[in-house]
Amino acid sequence: MKSKLLIVIAALVVFSAGWIFFMRSKGTTAVNKMPDQVSYNFHIRPILSDKCFKCHGPDKNKREAGLRLDIPDSAFAPLKETKGAFALVPYKPEESELYKRISSTDTAYQMPTPSSHLGILSSYEIALFKKWINQGAKYEKHWAFVKPVKAPLPSIDHKEKAVNEIDYFVFSKQEQMGLTNNEESDKERLLKRVSLDLTGLLPSEKLMDQFTANQSSNAYETAVDQLLASPTFGEKMAVHWLDIARYSDSYGYQDDNVRTQWAWRDWVIHAFNKNLPYNDFLTWQIAGDMLPNSTKEQMLATAFFRNHKYTEEGGIIPEEYRIEYIIDKTKTFTKGVLGLTAECAQCHDHKYDPISQKEYYQMFAFFNNTKEVGFEGDVSTSKPAKSPILTITDDDSKSVLNFINKKDTGNLYVSVMGENDTLRRTYILERGVYDHPSTEVFPSTIKSVLPFDTINNQRNRLGLAAWTVNKDNPLTSRVFVNHIWQEIFGRGLVKTAGDFGMQGELPTHPELLDWLAVDFMEHGWNIKRLIKQIVLSATYRQSSKVNPDNYNRDPENIYLTRAPRQKVKAEFVRDIVLSGSGLLVNTIGGPSVKPYQPKGLWELASSGRGELKTYKQDKGDALYRRGMYTFIKLTVPPPSMILFDASNRDQCEVKRSQTNTPLQALMMMNDPTVLEASRVLAQRLMKENLSPELKIKTAFRRIICRIPGAKENEILKTYYEDQLKQFQQKQLDATATLHVGEYPFAENLDMNTTAALMKVINMIYNMEEAIIKS
Amino acid sequence: MNKELLEYSLNFNRRRFLSKMSLGIGSVALGSLLIPDLFGEKNPEDMLLAGLPHFAPKAKRIIYLFQNGAPSQLDLFDYKPKLQEMFGQDLPESIRNGQRLTGMTAGQKKFPLAGSVFNFNQHGKARTWMSEILPHTAKVVDELCVIKSMYTEAINHDPALTFLQTGAQVGNRPSMGSWLSYGLGSENKNLPAFCVLLSKGKGNGQGVYSKLWSNGFLDSVHQGVQFSSGDSPVLYLNNHESINKADRRKMLDKLEQLNAETFNQSGDPEVNAKIQQYEMAYRMQTAVPDITDVSKEPDDIVKLYGPDCLIPGTFAANALLSRKLSENGVRFVQLYHQGWDTHGNLPNEMRGQCMDTDQASAALITDLKQRGLLDETLVIWGGEFGRTNYCQGDFSKENYGRDHHPRCFSIWMAGGGVKPGSYGETDEFGYNIIENPVHVNDFHATILHLMGLDHEKLTYKHLGRRYRLTDVGGKVVQGLIS
Repeated sequence: MKSKLLIVIAALVVFSAGWIFFMRSKGTTAVNKMPDQVSYNFHIRPILSDKCFKCHGPDKNKREAGLRLDIPDSAFAPLKETKGAFALVPYKPEESELYKRISSTDTAYQMPTPSSHLGILSSYEIALFKKWINQGAKYEKHWAFVKPVKAPLPSIDHKEKAVNEIDYFVFSKQEQMGLTNNEESDKERLLKRVSLDLTGLLPSEKLMDQFTANQSSNAYETAVDQLLASPTFGEKMAVHWLDIARYSDSYGYQDDNVRTQWAWRDWVIHAFNKNLPYNDFLTWQIAGDMLPNSTKEQMLATAFFRNHKYTEEGGIIPEEYRIEYIIDKTKTFTKGVLGLTAECAQCHDHKYDPISQKEYYQMFAFFNNTKEVGFEGDVSTSKPAKSPILTITDDDSKSVLNFINKKDTGNLYVSVMGENDTLRRTYILERGVYDHPSTEVFPSTIKSVLPFDTINNQRNRLGLAAWTVNKDNPLTSRVFVNHIWQEIFGRGLVKTAGDFGMQGELPTHPELLDWLAVDFMEHGWNIKRLIKQIVLSATYRQSSKVNPDNYNRDPENIYLTRAPRQKVKAEFVRDIVLSGSGLLVNTIGGPSVKPYQPKGLWELASSGRGELKTYKQDKGDALYRRGMYTFIKLTVPPPSMILFDASNRDQCEVKRSQTNTPLQALMMMNDPTVLEASRVLAQRLMKENLSPELKIKTAFRRIICRIPGAKENEILKTYYEDQLKQFQQKQLDATATLHVGEYPFAENLDMNTTAALMKVINMIYNMEEAIIKS
Repeated sequence: MNKELLEYSLNFNRRRFLSKMSLGIGSVALGSLLIPDLFGEKNPEDMLLAGLPHFAPKAKRIIYLFQNGAPSQLDLFDYKPKLQEMFGQDLPESIRNGQRLTGMTAGQKKFPLAGSVFNFNQHGKARTWMSEILPHTAKVVDELCVIKSMYTEAINHDPALTFLQTGAQVGNRPSMGSWLSYGLGSENKNLPAFCVLLSKGKGNGQGVYSKLWSNGFLDSVHQGVQFSSGDSPVLYLNNHESINKADRRKMLDKLEQLNAETFNQSGDPEVNAKIQQYEMAYRMQTAVPDITDVSKEPDDIVKLYGPDCLIPGTFAANALLSRKLSENGVRFVQLYHQGWDTHGNLPNEMRGQCMDTDQASAALITDLKQRGLLDETLVIWGGEFGRTNYCQGDFSKENYGRDHHPRCFSIWMAGGGVKPGSYGETDEFGYNIIENPVHVNDFHATILHLMGLDHEKLTYKHLGRRYRLTDVGGKVVQGLIS
């Protein structure tokens, strides 16, 4: 009886395992073709890293059986605990203990062990190992730690379609996969796309007219140059950098009082606009205060490392928080600039990447010599900046720092970096705990990335900056180029923009990434040039139309056979609403503003202390500023931003999620900002001498940036006529409809027609396409 | 054609979810708001693959009555006559044993023991001790499991709260509710899986922050959605006053036609997903006010929760609302009630806080029970740490204050497979745990267990690491489970 039961259970297990395997293969699309040459970096290491390194990797404290599989010396050595056996025997899978164990069904022998909860390998993965060992089990250095070089351009069949080098790399992959790409996009959509990508704003009517009319072959390039030269370019670029820099307008933690780091935000916009080379952009932010004869601007740049949260809770232990702040700086640097998840090494050697705990604290040591303290008093004594402080006088903002949009004549204070005169000692902290120091360490970098040159570099932030932008550093340029690619295509060439380590995803187009990274450095880390190169490519200019066959085979559009169709960032949703209606006030920079926000959010969540306990909504122009200037109170970030996936700015973030929720729909339908924009655009159009149909068409073009099709026209017109009738017959209340927002009402307009037009415009704002880059 | 592509989109989303989970370990992220019908009737393939729940759950839903600021266990649940006996004497060093203190009392020269000013009595079949300021809770005591041996690692509010809510003191980790939304999804296609309700008492307050109900690195569909009773229960839910339901419907019908046109031009299945989102928004506009409207509750219910339950924004109103959301299938209802940070003037402030919370907390238990829902609903009541047995600041028999104390604190849980009674003991000074300690990670592991989830298996791979609510610790406390 018992044995029968066991058989039934066994059958069930086998059956369900079969199901799971079936589902597994269904879950991944067309990638399971066995390669001719199995690559350690691209095929083997992702599996090792995911399934084996936890116990057989770099972390010496968790290492089992003395075996590590991340370095060949250990993997080929005789096994310490199994006499006469080897984990790997080149060319001989049957003699390789690793292969025997991963392919075993005996749970007592099998790897990974059931108790590790890592799951067994798929039959495809097992076959990969077999072939790799058969081919000699050759190890390679992790791709991202090898200095990039420019590969020769691949040959492609359709050279006539390529505009620049990018296309060669992209088309070559497509041809290998048997995929075909889309034709160039129509002009209207292309202009909207590139305008959103370069400025975060819709193209103006003037630009639309110019571009549509310009039949010359360089019409597109002219438009691109115009957009790159616009000061709104810096604003667009800054949004991503503010995520990395976890920029906010308050200190966070429970009392969450106001601070004034916005002067640094103004600098970021300025730096992008004047096209400060990326190596300088980084150097100033890392060590601007330590440069010879450093300027106030360079000092201001270092506020980058002071944007994190600061507690003002009474009773905390200052050193605990001081350490916390250094940890945050280290994380922001490693994740945002180097694309590494080094924080694991805070408590122990990194389990996957070659970063030891010692190396982590050596990096930490660069930031540990700042003058800042862990606590400057509770919220009752709060100041807008914390020491060291850069004081910006009125003279400064009229001369050397004239990009700062200072509103009054008073001084402005910004928290920046500054070194202690005597070196503060740094120790490895056991388990990352602030009061458990052990071995003393000195500033140095992660050697597997690039050893720290102590002859030419000082062991301080200036040395760290030099190391970061050294052309031999394999990460800096790659990581940044990937960020830019992600900004434009929605997905990086390395999908995990914050993790170029072994647990990160592999690049989809490694040669292209390397080519761009090297080219970027060769051309003086010129950001505008890099972006121009990308947006001029044929790959970028394709139509976004979904071809069902390509969609079927490549739903994520990894091979870029179409331009991405994507929702714009939260800040730009607001910008589209405001600019479409003409409400946008295009002042750059200055103190953050408080536009309409649902009532009670700050009040309900506040401790009742500090200046931000109540939300004091602004008036006038401040209501119509770009989304990036909306005041960010860390503990209650603006809901309109959070609903649309903006970063909460709690920590360094390199990639936002992309969701589609009913709360977004509710906001677009009911947010007074959208309703007011609809009213104001209606008012303005009412003053133009146009037929209702033309008014609707104009509104449609201003928001959607193309001329509506016949069917769309018909739908809009029917809706307009219906609404107008309802208003005229008093089934709907025109006065109430128009009563939204603080922007003045226009006098002498027919209420019913204005209200009907407003309803149509509001519907246009709610179209899927309105907030989509396509 | 349309239907095919829609199907595609669903499959694509499914694939996208699958690609995020670690095969063999996993869990399918059933986004509570993304596409609630994604798995429709939950076909067996998906459920098998999802492997969720991991085993038969005892509880289906959670209501967490979080008492923000840390209520004093010594004045509510953990009765210590010894402190009254030794009133005013210094805390023996052998008990404190070098324990870290907050900056607020670290400078104090003396640590005078402060017995509670309140009387304690035994209640219910289990003769459980309870303070006189919890008269209503005392009446439902036989439904509760009072845990006196909770402990945490944090000593300040922000990190302690964050630790209890997300399993880590710092870091942008997903909240408990987000984990449950991710693991189990929503039972109601018109409501989010994770709802948050805020209220404020009159006592010394500590702020709450939206990071406490943040989705962290999970998709933002798993973030807590703030609800309130009153006129605007969800942000942006209400139409402008000039727009009625029929008018909204008309607009949505036209909008769908426009979007269908966009779909024809673009072929992008995401357009159809967007149409669905607008439809769900429309359904929420009807469903949510129906649920959040407490004005139609019968008199006996209003009497049970107390008259405050009709005043939006009070704890009582939120307690009643939590029952309504929960019975409509919301997986996790998180309340926060502020005002428990009693550094001084404790007797007065505690009385006020209990006036605001005691009746409605007990009413929730009674109400769930009479509806037959208590068995499947786990109710949790408690703060982020405990308070010291010695006085902070000015000290007299009638007036004292207490500082933060992480080494022990008391909470209660009820329903949802919890064994009634009491669990764990502290020493006679109420300072150290002497029996059955429950770490925050253990608490989380146990809650997930009650919901049918294995805390070691509910993971999400993010930037190279598999994260859990319990991080690297936690064990299920069997003694708490019936």
